[in-house]
Order: sequence, then C-alpha cells, then structure tokens
Amino acid sequence: MAWTDICAFEDLVENSGICALLNGQQIAVFLLELQGEQQIYAVGNYDPLGKANVLSRGIVGSVGEQIVVASPLYKQHFDLTSGQCLEQPEVVIPVYGVKLQQGRVWLNAIKQDQQASAA
Amino acid sequence: MTVHGQRSPGSDYCLSGSGLGFFYGQNLVVESAAKGLKDITMQQTKQILVIGNGMVGHHFVDQLRAKDPSAQITVLCGEAQLAYDRVHLSGYFSGTSAEQLALTTEEAYQAANIQYRLNCWVEQINREQQLVVTSQGGQFYYDELVLATGSYAFVPPIPGNDQPHCLVYRTLQDLDAIAQSAAVSKVGVVIGGGLLGLEAANALKQLGLQTHVVEFAPQLMAVQLDQGGGQMLSQKISELGVQVHTGKATQAIVAGAECRYQLQFADGESLETDLVLFSAGIRPYDQLARSCGLAVGDRGGVVVNDQCQTSDPHIYAIGECALWQQKIFGLVAPGYQMARVVVSQLTGGGHKFSGADMSTKLKLLGVEVGSIGDAHARTPGALSYVFTDPRAQVYKKMVVSKDGKRLLGAVLVGDTSNYDSLLQYALNDMLLPKQPEQLILPAASGAPLAALTLPNSATICSCHNVAKGDIVAAMDSGCCDLASIKSCTKASTGCGGCTALLKSVVDDELKSRGVEVKNHLCEHFAYSRQELLHLVQVGGIKTFSELLSRHGQGLGCDICKPTVGSILASSWNDYVLKKPHVGLQDTNDTFLANMQKDGSYSVVPRIAGGEITAEKLLVIGQVALDFNLYTKITGGQRIDLFGARLEQLPAIWQRLVDAGFETGHAYGKSLRTVKSCVGSTWCRYGVQDSVGQAIAIENRYKGLRAPHKIKMAVSGCTRECAEAQSKDIGIIATENGWNLYVCGNGGMRPRHADLFATDLDTDTLIRYIDRILMLYIRTADRLQRTSVWMEKLDGGLDYLRKVIIDDELGLAAELENQMAALVNTYACEWKATLDDPQALKRFRQFVNSPDADENIVFVEERSQIRPATAEEKRQWLQQIPITELPVTTLAEEN
Ligand SMILES: Cc1cc2nc3c(=O)[nH]c(=O)nc-3n(C[C@H](O)[C@H](O)[C@H](O)COP(=O)(O)OP(=O)(O)OC[C@H]3O[C@@H](n4cnc5c(N)ncnc54)[C@H](O)[C@@H]3O)c2cc1C
Ligand code: SF4
Ligand code: FES
Repeated sequence: MAWTDICAFEDLVENSGICALLNGQQIAVFLLELQGEQQIYAVGNYDPLGKANVLSRGIVGSVGEQIVVASPLYKQHFDLTSGQCLEQPEVVIPVYGVKLQQGRVWLNAIKQDQQASAA
Repeated sequence: MTVHGQRSPGSDYCLSGSGLGFFYGQNLVVESAAKGLKDITMQQTKQILVIGNGMVGHHFVDQLRAKDPSAQITVLCGEAQLAYDRVHLSGYFSGTSAEQLALTTEEAYQAANIQYRLNCWVEQINREQQLVVTSQGGQFYYDELVLATGSYAFVPPIPGNDQPHCLVYRTLQDLDAIAQSAAVSKVGVVIGGGLLGLEAANALKQLGLQTHVVEFAPQLMAVQLDQGGGQMLSQKISELGVQVHTGKATQAIVAGAECRYQLQFADGESLETDLVLFSAGIRPYDQLARSCGLAVGDRGGVVVNDQCQTSDPHIYAIGECALWQQKIFGLVAPGYQMARVVVSQLTGGGHKFSGADMSTKLKLLGVEVGSIGDAHARTPGALSYVFTDPRAQVYKKMVVSKDGKRLLGAVLVGDTSNYDSLLQYALNDMLLPKQPEQLILPAASGAPLAALTLPNSATICSCHNVAKGDIVAAMDSGCCDLASIKSCTKASTGCGGCTALLKSVVDDELKSRGVEVKNHLCEHFAYSRQELLHLVQVGGIKTFSELLSRHGQGLGCDICKPTVGSILASSWNDYVLKKPHVGLQDTNDTFLANMQKDGSYSVVPRIAGGEITAEKLLVIGQVALDFNLYTKITGGQRIDLFGARLEQLPAIWQRLVDAGFETGHAYGKSLRTVKSCVGSTWCRYGVQDSVGQAIAIENRYKGLRAPHKIKMAVSGCTRECAEAQSKDIGIIATENGWNLYVCGNGGMRPRHADLFATDLDTDTLIRYIDRILMLYIRTADRLQRTSVWMEKLDGGLDYLRKVIIDDELGLAAELENQMAALVNTYACEWKATLDDPQALKRFRQFVNSPDADENIVFVEERSQIRPATAEEKRQWLQQIPITELPVTTLAEEN
C-alpha cells in the first residue's frame, strides 16, 4: 500500500501549507480554495534553489492560470501540479498523490513522475 | 632648465629637481628645455587646460569629454572640492549635504581620464609660453586655455567691513562660516536686497536669526521687478518676519550696544546686528586676464566674441567671468550655453553664442517671484497690463508689443502659475490670444497654455538646451517616465526651473499617445497600494478573500497577499495570525521570526531604546544557552538569537514572554527600533533625556505595520551619537526641545534625513510623527521606504511640511485619530500566539512526526554554532545509514 494516512483535514491550514514526513521524505501539503471548492496539493518540501526544507512555509497563489507556491527564501515560484519552477523551468520538484478520505488526508509516497513511468 | 620624466596615461608625476608639475604628450621620455618640451606637445593631442571648476567649468569638461574621448583635459580647481551645485547652495542649510550638492566625484573624473588639481589657485598666465603658474609655483602648459573662473561676492567699501562675522554667500566654505557665526548670533543683516540677498536672508532665518534686509535702492530686486512688484514683495516678506529696509545707504559698521555691531546709515539711523552678510552683487574673477593683457570690460569681465574667444585666440572665457556684448550673465543656463559653444569650437563645430534669456522664476522666503524678458517695459511703444489682488497679495504685470500681438516681458509676485505659459509665449514669439489679459487674470476661462500646443522647437530646459522635440524623440525611443526622460535628455537636471513644464510636456505627450500611466500592484489587482488601502478602508473590507472577490482576480500571490495583509493590519490592527490572515503573511510574519538561509529562524525580543536591565540580559543569555542559539548584537541596539528550529520557537518565546519581553517585530515590515544615545542623564554634553524619549516613542509605534520597515533614533545633543540622521524618523535634542529629521535611511542607497522642523516640544513632536507615519502608510507604494516615498511626492519635502505642519489638506486630525486607534489596540503577537492552541499547532516541523528537520545542521565556530556548509552536511549525513525507500508500483496498489 502506497497510501499513508497523514493527518486530519483540520490540521491543514486554508490557503497555506503544512509539512508531513513520510519515509524520510519531507512533503509540503497545501489547502487552497478554488472557486468555492477546496483542493489539496502535495509537493516536495525541499527548495532545490534555496537548498533548505521550506516550501511548506511559502505563500500560495496563482500566476496566470498556474497554481503556485513561492519559496520563502528567494521567491521563485513552483507550479503545484507539475512541480516546475517558473523562473528556472529546468528545475522541477517532486509532486505527490494526495486524497481526502473520511476526513483524513492521505499521501502517496511515490513521486508522480515515478508513478507515470511505472504505469 | 632640464627636466626628466616619464608619464604614463592618467598617472600623476613630479619632475626631478624642479618639483613642478608638467603635462605633455603621452609616454614620452623627454630631456629638453621647457620650450622644446612644448614643441613636442604640439604634435601630440592638444592639451586643454581649464581654470576653475565651478558649474560652468565642469559642464565644459563633461561635454568635451562626451564629444572627444581622447582630448587631454586638465582642470585647475581653486576650491577644495570639485564642482558642486551652487544654484541649490541654500539647500545646505536645510539638510542637503555637500556630497548631495556635488555635480561629480573625483572617481568619475579619474574614470574619465580627466586630470585635476584641487586647492589649486592660478596666479598668472604666460601667453608667450602658453603656460599658467599656480600659487604653489606649479606650472601647467596649454594649447587651448579656458577661463571658467566665475565671480566673487562684492563687498562694498564700507569702513568696518573686514571684521569677524562680516561674511559673504557664495561657496560651501562661506556657508560653513555663516553657520558657525549664526550659532553665536541672534540678529543677522543682509546688505543687498537682490535675488541672492533674499535667498541669503532666507538662510539666516532658517538658522534661527532675527533677520533684516538692507537695500540701497528704493525697492527689492530692482533688476528683475518693477516698482509695483517690488513693493508687493517687500510687503509679503515683512509679514514673514524679515524686516526690509529700502533706500538705506550703509556708511559704517561699528561696535554695537546690544548686538555685536551697529550699522550706521547715511540718513542718520542705525541698526544693531551680530552678523553681517554682504550680497551687494558679484564681480567677475578677471584679474588673471587683466594682468596678462587680455581685453576686459570697463566694469570688469573678460571680453569674448560669439565663439567665446578672448582677445587671445587660444584663450576662451565662459560663465560668469565672461563679458559678451557688454553683458555678464549671472545665471547658470547661459554659462552652460557658452561651455557648449567652446566645446563645439574645439571639436570642429561652428556653434556660436547668441545671448541668453535672463527670465527667472523662484521662491524667495516662500514667496513666488517670476520675471520674464522686458520686465520694465523699456521697449519703445510697449504696453503693460497690470493685475493686483491686495487680499491674496498677488501682483502680475504683462508687457506686450505695441500691436498687442507679442509678449515682451512679465513680472509675477505671489503667484507664478502663469510663468511657464508666459515664458513660452515670449521665447517662441508666439501670437498672443485676442485678449492677452486673460493670461494673467485669475480663474479666467482662458486655460493655461497646453504644452501640446508648443512647437517642437520650443526650449523646455535652457540649462541643457533641450527642446520639446528632443523630449518627444526620447519618448519615441522608449523613455516613458520622467526619471528616464531626465536621465536620457538631461532636461531638468540643471537649475530645476523647468521641472513643472517638463512634467506637463511629458504628461500631455503620454496622454496624446493614449498611454495610461499604470501603477498596478500585480496581475491580481489593477490598483496601486494606495488605491487598495482606500478600497479597504472605505469599503470596510476585513479579509483578503473579500477584497479579491470584490476588486481582484485569480488567487493572489506573494506580492499582493503580504501587501494586503499589511494594509489590513494598519487599517484594523487585527492579530496577524487570525485565521483569514494566516495565508497572507510572508513566512517571517507567519512564524513571527526571521527565516535564515537553512530554514532555521532567528529571534529578536524588543529592547526599547536599547535599554535593558541586567536581569533581562541574564534571561536572554540563559535562553540562548538552553536552546544552543548563536547570539549577536544588532545595529539597532538589541540582541539577535539565531539557529532556532521552527518547533522551538514557542518554548523560546514562552521563556521570554514570562520574563517580560515582547516581540521585536524584526520580521515585519513595521517599526524596528528606536536607537538612542545615553543622553543628558549620563552624558556631559546631553541636553535632553534621549533614552526616555526613545523608549516612549518605541513603545508608541511598536507593531505598526507599514509599506516597509521603519527605523528611528534619538540623540541627546547635536553630536548625534545615535545617528538619527540616517533614519526614517530622526530626533535630535536641542536646548529648546527636539529637532525632527525625516526620510533618511542606510542600506543600499543611503540617504541623509531632511530637517523637517526645529525645537519642537514633545507633544508637537509626537503629533508630527503620528501624521507623517500615517500619511506614509496611507499613500506609499509597496516596499517603498520613506525616502523614496517623500522624493516621489509631488512637491517633496515642502509639500510634506504643508500637509503635516500647515495641515493644508485638512487631514491632520484624521491621521492622528487613526494612529491613536492603532496605538490603543496594540498587542504583543507572541503573547497572543502562546495563548492560542490553534496557532501553536503551526509551530511543528511535521504534522505527523515529532522529528526535526535533518537538513538543519550546525557546527561550532568561535565557541558558538553556525549553519554547516553543504560539504560539511554531506560528510555528516554519510555517517548515518540511509534507509532505502520501498518502491511500490501503481499496479501493486490498484
Ligand atoms: C546662492 C546662489 C544662488 C544662485 N541661484 C541661481 C539660480 O537660481 N539660477 C541660476 O541660473 N543661477 C543661480 N546662481 C548663479 C550660478 O550659481 C552661477 O551663475 C554659476 O555658478 C556660474 O558658474 P561659473 O562656473 O561661471 O562660476 P563659479 O560657479 O563661481 O565657479 C568658478 C570657480 O572658479 C574658481 N576660480 C576662480 N578663479 C580661479 C583661479 N584663479 N584659479 C583657480 N580657480 C579659480 C572659483 O574658486 C570657483 O570654484 C546662484 C548663485 C548663488 C551663489
Ligand atoms: S549625542 Fe550628545 S548627548 Fe548623546 S551621547 Fe552623544 S554627545 Fe552625549
Ligand atoms: S532650465 Fe535649468 S534645469 Fe532645465
């Protein structure tokens, strides 16, 4: 089973992030409200440009159509669905599967690119 | 004479034996008589020697270098520093520093390969040998010599005029002497009621002296104004507290009874004063020209032709020392024109000097005065229109040609709003409207001359000879704001007289191009910060999502969210971590600490005014020891504790709050610290209790959210140990109260604060600071420090004074009330956080594990911790076994 129960839905902070530890990996989990609907995103917590585990503490928002988090260190933006850095497209952070079940937040420890290649 | 020497480009050198400096062609080894040396030079690049580095001399050098990058230029500068802005010299008394007045720097001259000597006074010109001799005995050869020696203040031959405290107003040194003298004087008299005399009177008044102006003629500013204008000016100035004495011939300066001196007038009356400032006209520095046989005018001045050549074709004269068609031009713009003429002559061009317009517009002692062209209606057949408003004390006169079609001149006192239009009519010989009087009548429907209707050839800036066409061309090539147009065309960077006209030309031009000047915060809000603040306050909007749904689009971003967070905080002072505001804050505001490069935080408790008890110091020390934090004293007189992990912050703050500390807001765009010196309590020089004041002020404004951080300081006397003049708000104690300085800062672009008001009592001081800060919060752009904010205000410091001190906008009470509301609702955010279990939940590294972030690693250095480098971390991580990740596949999972 790759899905792991991380925390209660109430532990998430609306329009902001928290961090979970899963098999030694730090994962940033964000709760956003999009047109009245709540949406959860999960990406790596490590900022490869600032070289520190800080992305869960960044500000979330949108740039054009893209939903992003801005690193609190040097303010680069990372797309929450693709993991791509807007300022330096060659830099991509891992994106994780996340789901809400019976009021609990579940994470899939497998990075989505691995999932894709495995499929 | 035999000389030896070798010179490399740009270097300085001395020739053995003689001790004299010589300049000659590059990289030559010379062993010859001086004359032979010059012959060699002739075959090399021409040596251009400039005497005097005033405004005009500098403009010449600057323009020549731009036209001819290889010209050999040497400048002999009689003053102790390179050229500075004499036109704005008076700014020196209202806070502009010598550095800010400087027109160039030694580094810039070096970089442009311009040789220069400071404190180098030329005594003699030897035209035969084409060399000049300085007072130190140095000799400099020239192929072409440029006299830019300017002029000196004329001191009338009155017995007693050479005593101490009898001064003139011309150089930075003069101003230092005046300031020194004013410090030990109570009354000051300016002798001479011309343009410069009134400016000098203003300076004396600013220095706090009881000020008088004594004028020989029956009216003030007799050169520029007619009798009616002169009278109106006297009246207005007298009401401003400067006593005007016209028609007075001073005969002697003798010892006084109540003051240091007594002026004795020809009519038998007298006037007591401590300081005498002569401003009775200027005289050209023409002794050099005179003694080497050049033609000079009967009343002084080096005679020049249209090429600005003197009677010796290898010697030119420009600026205030030059006499052209029996005229000396005492303004900077004509001097700059002459400089450009000589540059053109030396680089093969054919520009000629054809006279200059002497119109002036200025503000003397707060009174607007303008004079254009034939102000005295001396042209035969000229007709005058005069308008006087005795209540508002405005006097306007317009001189038109016999046929009523052309404007010949004008006099404006008390209101110069028509100046730019009138000047353009006069300069461009434009046809006047059918009823020309409309141009000076108040509230006439005849709109002021729109800049759009000016011909492209109209000169906008006469200092730098910029026509409207040049500005349009600059805008065509992509400059679209004032700043870039200024730096590209140089317009408005001389005397500054054309600033308003330039702005209206640019604005009109932008409008006609359909450009809307945008100041949008980001893609989510098509509003500036100021507009958003207005929307929030008027609409009573309390949350970001409400503002976004009513006035924005998208989800917001890291630019608009913190900005709106700050606007909400300064409007309603809600606890910043209240649920709807959490996602708006930068991480530093969210966790009430400053994130460092490795993701750890630093902690700064408030130490108001830098005063701390031994007990509290021990608490900080013990906390640092217990949590293994790195400690450092900050520039703001407090203590920064580094290396706290996110999850440690609440425990650390619990200890600090228990001991009576509050948050220092080091993380916020808000008031940081109020630095202070020990002041009169301990210091033998102190005149007020600067520490007490600093603590009171810091406690008043702590927690105040603003567009950017705010720093303040209080010094106990003028020695200024707290460096208050480098702060947004600086306060310096005086015998009588407090001097308030505003809008300074250190950092990347340091700026000295401007003196805003003097000798305030504490009440007034606080009221002014309340108003300034609140206005700043209400109107500044995002991340705009007070300095830039103030510079961008239309009207700058003067405008700020009008709004804050004179309350011209009628805003003062509202600003004070808003500040009072914020002050009254202050609460320490850390205390509130510790009391809120929901907020505390955020202070853990992981929602699902008590582990710590293993990427935060410290090593020891100088007996304290510091973050490990990447290499150190790699080594450290290698020592712990890495558990392999279980790889599961999608197939498995389904
Ligand atoms: C207080 C004040 C306000 C003014 N306001 C305005 C204004 O609003 N608008 C305006 O257009 N003009 C104004 N002026 C006039 C303007 O400053 C002058 O027109 C301008 O500075 C003239 O420049 P210059 O280079 O010819 O002479 P200066 O600026 O006087 O420079 C001449 C330099 O040559 C040096 N020198 C002289 N003789 C020798 C020598 N033998 N050897 C070496 N060096 C020598 C002098 O020391 C001086 O540094 C003002 C002047 C003053 C004093
Ligand atoms: S500023 Fe004045 S009062 Fe304060 S420490 Fe310095 S000398 Fe003393
Ligand atoms: S006219 Fe002097 S700066 Fe433009």
